Formats: sequence, C-alpha cells, structure tokens
Amino acid sequence: MSFNYDQYIRGGKLPHIWCPGCTYGIVFKSLLRAVDFLKIQKDDIALVSGIGCASRLPGYVDWNTLHTTHGRALPFATGLKLSCPDKKVMVISGDGDATAIGGNHFIHACRRNIDITTIVLNNFIYGMTGGQHSPTTPVGHLASTMPYGNVDPNFNIPDLAKGAGASWVGRGTAYHVPALDKLIIEAIQHKGMSVLEIINACPTTYGRRNKFKSATDQLLWMKDNSLPITAFDKLPPEKTAGKFPTGVLFKKEAPEYCDTYYAMVERVRKPKEGRA
Amino acid sequence: MGTLKLLQGNEACAEGALYAGCTFFAGYPITPSTEVAEYLSRRLPLIGGAFIQMEDEIAAMGAVIGASLAGKKSLTATSGPGFSLKQENMGFGMLCEVPCVIVDVMRGGPSTGVPTGPSQSDIMQCKWGTHGDHPVICLTPGYVQEIFSETVRAFNLSERYRTPVIVAFDEIIGHMREKIEIPDKGVLEVENRKRPTCSPAEYKPFDETKGDVPPVADFFSGYRQHITGLNHHSDGFPVNAHPRIHTDEQRLIRKVEGNRKDIIRYETFMLEDAEVAIFAYGVSGRSGKNAVEQARAAGIKAGLFRPLTIWPFPEDEVAALASRVRAIVVPELSLGQIIFEVERCAKGKCRVEGIYRVDGDPITPEQIFDKIKEVK
Repeated sequence: MSFNYDQYIRGGKLPHIWCPGCTYGIVFKSLLRAVDFLKIQKDDIALVSGIGCASRLPGYVDWNTLHTTHGRALPFATGLKLSCPDKKVMVISGDGDATAIGGNHFIHACRRNIDITTIVLNNFIYGMTGGQHSPTTPVGHLASTMPYGNVDPNFNIPDLAKGAGASWVGRGTAYHVPALDKLIIEAIQHKGMSVLEIINACPTTYGRRNKFKSATDQLLWMKDNSLPITAFDKLPPEKTAGKFPTGVLFKKEAPEYCDTYYAMVERVRKPKEGRA
Repeated sequence: MGTLKLLQGNEACAEGALYAGCTFFAGYPITPSTEVAEYLSRRLPLIGGAFIQMEDEIAAMGAVIGASLAGKKSLTATSGPGFSLKQENMGFGMLCEVPCVIVDVMRGGPSTGVPTGPSQSDIMQCKWGTHGDHPVICLTPGYVQEIFSETVRAFNLSERYRTPVIVAFDEIIGHMREKIEIPDKGVLEVENRKRPTCSPAEYKPFDETKGDVPPVADFFSGYRQHITGLNHHSDGFPVNAHPRIHTDEQRLIRKVEGNRKDIIRYETFMLEDAEVAIFAYGVSGRSGKNAVEQARAAGIKAGLFRPLTIWPFPEDEVAALASRVRAIVVPELSLGQIIFEVERCAKGKCRVEGIYRVDGDPITPEQIFDKIKEVK
C-alpha cells in the first residue's frame, strides 16, 4: 500500500513554492515517512525554520510549526525545547541559513548538545534570492555574486557540527532515498544535538549556471560522487578525491543540555540535609 | 504586609518578573543590565524555571519568543548595543503577537559608547528600532520600587495585548539601591494571556473576528498552528500583496493605540496651577521633582509631568498641558529625542525647551531650576 502523505499535509497549502526540479519535495516526503515510522504524534512535534527555500517546508506539514527570522531557527527552537523538554523539536534549514547568518547559533546549539534534530538542506546556493554564493558553493563555481567563479572557501557542514560538539552527525542525499529515510529516523531517535546534512539540487539558480544540463544531472552527480562512509573509509585518499561520504558520519554519547539543566534544578530544589 | 528589601533597580526588575510569573529568561551579559540575568540565574532554577545564557543577544531574543510560544512568561534584559541586536526578532514578536518583556537598561551610545554611564538615548529606538510599522508599549519607571511594579505591569500588558513590552530605564536607577516593598502574592494583579476555548479545528491564531487581541494557543497544547514572520492570514499562513496586510497591520497598531487609556500612566507633581511644566522620566524625572521644589520655594509656579508609559506617547495629556502652561522644559540624557514628541503634541501653544546631557552624569536639579528661571 502506498504511503498516505495527506494525513500530514495541511489541506489547501499545496502547491509548494519550490521550483520544478528542486529536490526539497523528495526530502519532505522522506521526513514525513520517518516521523510516521517513529509514530510521533502530531501534537508532540514542532518544526522550526529560518528563512530561505528550505524554511518554507514547515508551512505544509500539520505539526506545530514556526517560521522565524533568517538564521535564527535554532535559538527559537532552543526556547521551545528548554520549555518543553519532553517534546520533539526539529529544525529545518539551508546551507546559508544554518552556516552563514546562523553560523553562531549552529555551533553553539552543537556545543550545548541540546536535543534538537537539525536537518540542513545543502543546495550549495542561496536559492530564494536568486543564486548568490553560500558557505558551501564549491570554489570556482558560478553564482550571481561570483560571476568570475567562487573564490570563497567552504564549510564542510558535518565537520563543523562534529567539531562544535554535536553528538550525532550524518549526511544523506536527495538521490539515495531509502537510505535517507533511515538517516532521518536515526537522527530523530538520537538524544542530543543531531545534525543531518542532506545534499540537494537547485537547478534554477545553481545547476543551470554550473553546467548541469538538467535537474536529473544534479541527482546523478550525487550518485556518482558520493560513497557510503563504510566504503569511503576503506579507500585510499586518491580513490576518494572529489567524493563525499554519506551515512552516519559520527556519533557519541554525551550529556544532553535539558537533562543537565533540569538535573541541576532538581538538585538545588532539594531541601538541604540537616536543615529543617 | 509585604517583604521589605534593599535592592538595586536591576534586582527589583528581576523580582518584578518573578512576581508576574516569569519562568523563562534568556540573555547575554552586557553592562549595565547584567544583574537582571545574574539574579534570575540564581532564582529561576529554585522555582523550576529556565535560565539560559545564549551565544548572543539575537539568540536570546529568539529563545524568549520560542519559550513564550510554548506558554511561558519570558523575559530578556539588555543594554545599548544588545538592544540594537534584538530589534529584528522583537519585530517578529510584534508581528506574530508573542507576549514577552524586554528590559533595556540604557547606557551611552552610539556604538560601545559609555557602557557604565546612564543615558536616555534609546527612547526613539524603543519606538522605531525594528523595521516596518509596529505597535510598541514601553514603560519608563523612575524609582526602584517602580521598576518592580512596572515590570509586573509590563508582563500584564504583554499578556493582555499579546505583544512584546519594553521596560526602559537608565543605568543610574538600574544600579541605585533603594528600599522597596515586595507585596505579598495576590496584592498586585497578575494577568495571563487569553487562551482559546474553541476546538483545535476551529482555532485560528490571528482571528480578527475574535477581537483585536485574538486568543493565543500554546505550542504542543493540541492547537496545531503555523506561526510565520511573513504577513499572514487569520489562520497564520502567509499572505502576499493583499488588502489583508493593510487591515491586519492597522489592527496591530489599534490594539495598542486604541487602548491608550488603559496603557498610559504618569505621575504629576504640583502641576495644577503650574506656569512652567517639566516633562521628564526616569532619573531626569527625579531631578525634575527636586527642581520643582526649589522653584516653588523661590515662588515660581512649576510642576512636573513624569510619564511611566512613554509609548504610546501621552499625546492628549501633553497637548492639554501645553494649552495651559507658559513653557514645558524637557530634560533628557540625550541630545534631544523625546522633546520632538513633546513639541509635536504642544503644537506651538507654549515654549518647549530642552536640557540635554550625554557626558555620563545625570541632569542636576540645579540645571533644571536654572532653566525654569529662564523661561518663567
């Protein structure tokens, strides 16, 4: 039986704003399947976003949804999570939103290891504003503000998340859909800050400027240039040059922020021994 | 009988927040407001509340809005540069009608300015700091006791009108210690936001047919909703280039401006027969009161109008004052900001004279008395 997406999509809110060939719809469906698999009730989940194409996703889904200011989804989500630590709080963001204007919030949410599932849709460009280079636009590639080729070095989002202290880090692509479902499920299940980068295609503002003949070409690029981390780690560097690893890239056990905070609250509220 | 305490203004502010039911604070260290955060970092855990020091001022404002959407009464406190940084998210709170309180302990500026010196030069930023048209409620207490009671009132107004409320005072009363009485629970009114009584299916977060202040549902309460910083329909979903934007923004302004009588508070001192009026708030209001006493002792009929609500501006009251006094003197710790509002409302019916000071010291009663003698 085919999956019933209608049970999660808000009536009358489609069609979405994304361009033909955009892969965000693929990720959207994967996210719905993952949450459905985990049987999280609609009332118990909040999806928070900032600004950009990815940030319009929450409007379509029948959860508690919050579309905030550019780069600031994580602070708003932190306020929600610390207020309701037993609820599932997720953030959906883009490469520019999460790592440029929101970079400071991103690293500090990772450092706190607060239990927020953060999904970063990396399409290598600022799509909504028409194709300006982002912190992940490959060096040498064209963008509307890099007409002679990008000279701006990149962030590797999983490395950034790991270095900043996130306790679960993964990467998927819009091409590898069954694997993506599993990654989103694991990211949500993980207690602590989980960061999942999902490689996406923006044919309108990135692909057409950078010699991708079609949206399909960009999907095939994901297929040809990615390797599961298990395979990636076994190959010598010359065989992995130019390719990126996918899967669960890093995880560790670490104290979660709300747990630590409320344990402190419990400790200081306990009447002191030996006193009336 | 309440509890008597010797507190500085910033501590009284924190006590006022607790009295009003605040259970969430997010902030960032900045002089001269830091004591608000320090005090609440000790007190909030003891009542099971949440305190978080965020990575910056912007994040603190975002966290406060997030917590309020979860139903918590939320506070942040800042000064000068930090207040500038909060402005974008404050605008989000105003458009999305999120109750919360922002404390601005004013210091000299622009830029880093005089972090440890008093100022009243954020007063126009309180009104116009965020972009776009928006409603603003801003309270300006002048005494430590008043910082307590006006912080309680700020929470009440933010809950009643479903909007961020600013409490702005200067470094001097923020750090000054005075005796205050914290009333027993129940003595001061504490108000909570109106929550929906309809079914979740019928609920619309911005339903103007429910009045200018529609009920607000908490996240995770079963009333699933979409909140966006885009202009929105009554159901919360984005609207683009539509007459709805005009009427909805008018509603936001109206819910504050249309309730001026409820929101505006001020103190008058010997104003009944005054020929010269002082218009001053905060620490300048305290000097103003002393100057009035000096003037009266010298046989000059002077009086004081001290606003506790600076936004919305007490337009009618200042207009009425202007039509019966010879002059209004406006001392302020800036190079002239609130005087423009006084002039606007006086409409040329009396002289309006400013006294300005930005060197890090307060305007003295003597400075004001000299000006009274000059204009009498």
